[in-house]
Amino acid sequence: MGRAKLPRKSTSIDMTAMCDVAFLLLSFFILTTKFKPSEAIAVTIPKSVAAKVAPSKDFVQVIIDKDGKVFLEIEDESIKETLGNALNNTKNLGMDVKAFKKALFYGAPFGNLRAFLELPEDQRKGNLLPGIPVQDTAHNELTDWMAQVLSAYQGKKPFFLLKGDNLAKFPAFKAVITAFKKNDILKFQMVTSPEGVPVGTDLWKKAQSGEKRDE
Amino acid sequence: MAEMDTSGGGHKKGPGVKKSKKLSTRVDLTPMVDLGFLLITFFIFTTTMSQATAMKLILPKDADKPEDQNKAKQSGVITILLGKDNHVFYYEGELDNTASNFKSSSFHDIREVLINKKNSVKELKDFVVILKPSDFCTYRNVVDILDEMTINVCTRYALVDISDVETQLVKKSDEMAAAQGN
Repeated sequence: MGRAKLPRKSTSIDMTAMCDVAFLLLSFFILTTKFKPSEAIAVTIPKSVAAKVAPSKDFVQVIIDKDGKVFLEIEDESIKETLGNALNNTKNLGMDVKAFKKALFYGAPFGNLRAFLELPEDQRKGNLLPGIPVQDTAHNELTDWMAQVLSAYQGKKPFFLLKGDNLAKFPAFKAVITAFKKNDILKFQMVTSPEGVPVGTDLWKKAQSGEKRDE
Repeated sequence: MAEMDTSGGGHKKGPGVKKSKKLSTRVDLTPMVDLGFLLITFFIFTTTMSQATAMKLILPKDADKPEDQNKAKQSGVITILLGKDNHVFYYEGELDNTASNFKSSSFHDIREVLINKKNSVKELKDFVVILKPSDFCTYRNVVDILDEMTINVCTRYALVDISDVETQLVKKSDEMAAAQGN
């Protein structure tokens, strides 16, 4: 008597579909990732336990590099245009507003701003530029910048960000704070990279008990 | 399926014709799937890592008149000074003439000091931390000490300009620490 033959099933699974899914996801992630634009100003930011993500829209950012040089970055292009025109009028700089609008950041005294804008984009590197002069308390140019930025925003409040390098000395930071204070900008945010809350501290206990952090 | 029919219609060849070997075109895609998922994991991790966070700082408005200024009880005040090379100094209450209560600390130990002070103050609302960064400290030091305020839930703190006497003290202590280090 012949035994009933069981149909032999192959144990190998067709991987094609899975491969498709994997690469579809991969291409999705690659395309949606915003790559960090190569930074003209090298800044290593300090760590903090702050958990709020830094705003990526509607911000005005002041950057302090490791030598204490100060740069200004504005996100909104229309604001930049208004600002460029206003600066041209009030300070008689004779800058090219189009170039001003396109510039990613500003880092020169008012007197040299025109020459700064004439530099090609790839030559505007933080370590070669003079930065906005802030250290001299009598001629803290950032105060003027902030005043003009505020008037360009016409009462709307952008987020003010401060991105400082670990090694920047305190006087530069103080000068920036002074410029903010003089324009009644009393709230600003410092850009940091995240760090875990140390175990056993009061903040940690608060987080454990489920209390929300007020930020 | 990643497979192609190569049997050529299935019609039989004559007896003299040699059968050509049938090669399977099926490819094992498992390693490719592995690679795909590995890359996905890599991308996911790198994207979440680069997200910067923001730490909020609210500045007090400068009070011109002394009577407008906030007052703090001496017993609940601790002043922290930041010096060169990550040095931290502190004193409780008011600095006395001989600077005998001027103590040296570090970023590692200052948490202990703050916790002790916080626990020893009778009423929590009297606990005030005054931060005085000197001109020699770095931006990182300031962010670290502000972070320490968040970590220890110190709700009342102020960033204040350093006085000349304190600058001298910090300078002297910095030099002393540097001499000891050598």
